Amino acid sequence: MSNVAYDLQTKTTVPNSYKTSSTLGKRIGFGILYLILGIIAVVQIYPLIWLFLFSLKTNQEVFGMSPFSFPHDPQWGNYAKAWTQGHINLYFFNSVLYTVIAVVLTVILASFVTFAVTRMSWKLSGLVLGLFMAGYMIPLHSTLIPLFSFFKTLHLINNPLSIILSYVAFNLPITIMILSGFYRTLPREIEEAAVMDGCSIHRIFFQITLPMTMPVLSTTIIINMIYNWNEFVFVNTFISSDKWKTITVGVNNFVGQYLTDWGAIGATLIISIIPVLIAFFILSDRIVEGIAAGSVKG
Amino acid sequence: MKSVMSNKLVISLYVLPALALILLLIYIPIVLTGYYGLTDWNGIGQAKFIGLENYINLVKDKMFWESAWHSLLLGIFSTISLIGYLILSLILASKIKGANILRKIYLVPMLLSSVAIAQLWAKIFDPSNGMINRLLMMFGVDNPPLWLADSKLVLYALFIPIVWQYAGFYIIIFYAALKNIPEELIEAAKIDGANPFQIAYRIKIPLISGVIKVMVILAIVGSLKYFDLIFVLTGGGPNHASEVMASYMYTEAFTKYNFGYGSAIGFGLLVICLIMTWLIQKLLSSKEDF
Repeated sequence: MSNVAYDLQTKTTVPNSYKTSSTLGKRIGFGILYLILGIIAVVQIYPLIWLFLFSLKTNQEVFGMSPFSFPHDPQWGNYAKAWTQGHINLYFFNSVLYTVIAVVLTVILASFVTFAVTRMSWKLSGLVLGLFMAGYMIPLHSTLIPLFSFFKTLHLINNPLSIILSYVAFNLPITIMILSGFYRTLPREIEEAAVMDGCSIHRIFFQITLPMTMPVLSTTIIINMIYNWNEFVFVNTFISSDKWKTITVGVNNFVGQYLTDWGAIGATLIISIIPVLIAFFILSDRIVEGIAAGSVKG
Repeated sequence: MKSVMSNKLVISLYVLPALALILLLIYIPIVLTGYYGLTDWNGIGQAKFIGLENYINLVKDKMFWESAWHSLLLGIFSTISLIGYLILSLILASKIKGANILRKIYLVPMLLSSVAIAQLWAKIFDPSNGMINRLLMMFGVDNPPLWLADSKLVLYALFIPIVWQYAGFYIIIFYAALKNIPEELIEAAKIDGANPFQIAYRIKIPLISGVIKVMVILAIVGSLKYFDLIFVLTGGGPNHASEVMASYMYTEAFTKYNFGYGSAIGFGLLVICLIMTWLIQKLLSSKEDF
């Protein structure tokens, strides 16, 4: 009996748990439900649309007209201004550079650790894994002063290395957390066979295991990219020279300088969030998966 | 077989670089923060050892406890809003059409940097040209609130962008947990005549109680560490009305160059985070009898 019901349930695509006894009351209920869900969606998205609208307006339009109006004569010049005047082009390039280097290092180092901990047998593996995982719980701000003086001693203040090393260290815990969940589900037979055939451990890692983890690697890569792109505190603390600032911090300074020019501020903000939004449009499933995987394990 | 997979040299080669990084940049600094708290130091010259003076001052510092209270208040708000996120996730996970698109739309703000969110909301909250007050004035409100400039309102106002930012994150996690519940359990309950509310309350919520517990910890401890958005939006002001522990520490250390006292605050933040994590785990573990 229950099997029959179960089959019916999975074969139909409509939400039949509600449809089977579709009364008027239920339809109204459904309507209200969708209305609420829709309003929440609008609340989540509309501020960004509003931002885009005022990034194309002149100050007269922003101050004089309804905030919900469309720009009369779209001021694309705001974007040109933001891009060249506030060093935004330089900051953008720096952000790309730090993000790419840090992501590559994080994912490689995390894969090494996860492989050693979950595939190889040694006494302290549990303790080492725990040490990495616990790093996730430590508030970054409690490490900030010693990190600052450490980088200062090494003359790494105003040096991209301080940023990249910090990104890698602080993203290793979450990356290893996501990776280890996946490694545990991988079958060991192929690796065992490779050992029998006399394959070296490095070849096993690089040519057998690592390629098998491609799906989860792409998840961790995109999650790491978003974290690094958006990071604020490290750059704000370790970098004071404009030459090495990232777009997240640069945008903040730009806004401070051009307080009243809403159009240009809007344009810089849009430029700073566009890469993440594009990544989301292409890879939303991976991002959702990474967020779900990373925290549920916690 | 054994020898290849337990080769000490290879293990060291694979583990040590990453281990060195987290020891050097996370664990040693944590210990050093506690030590620097024992010194009088402006960050440039020689640190002078002064014993427990900073920590004694910290315990007596009204500002510190006020900022801790603000952080905790945000944590309490966040925990309460978990109920809303859970209800939304229950709706989205009950096989409704468009659930996948909707949860992705809800997630969008979470992808933006806190700086971008802060700057955007600075404009939304702008007393004369912002979206909120324009809307209020359109509906005939003559004296709309000043929001971030009002020391009584500022913490509540700040919580709006925080909910906006994190709603999607919690919904994604609750949704994933709910989708992991075996279909058979729900079907069996339906056949026994349980209505959707009973199924949600008696079956689904108890089954994901582990995830809910983790999310409560994340909401409270995450709020205790909260910094970026508040630092950019209000800098802890007006008149410290939105000061949280991390912003207090940051201003003390990197604006006033009190590295010794700043370190003591940082260590206090760490201790409070660890105590809260332990406390919530203790409080919630008694309920996990199923």
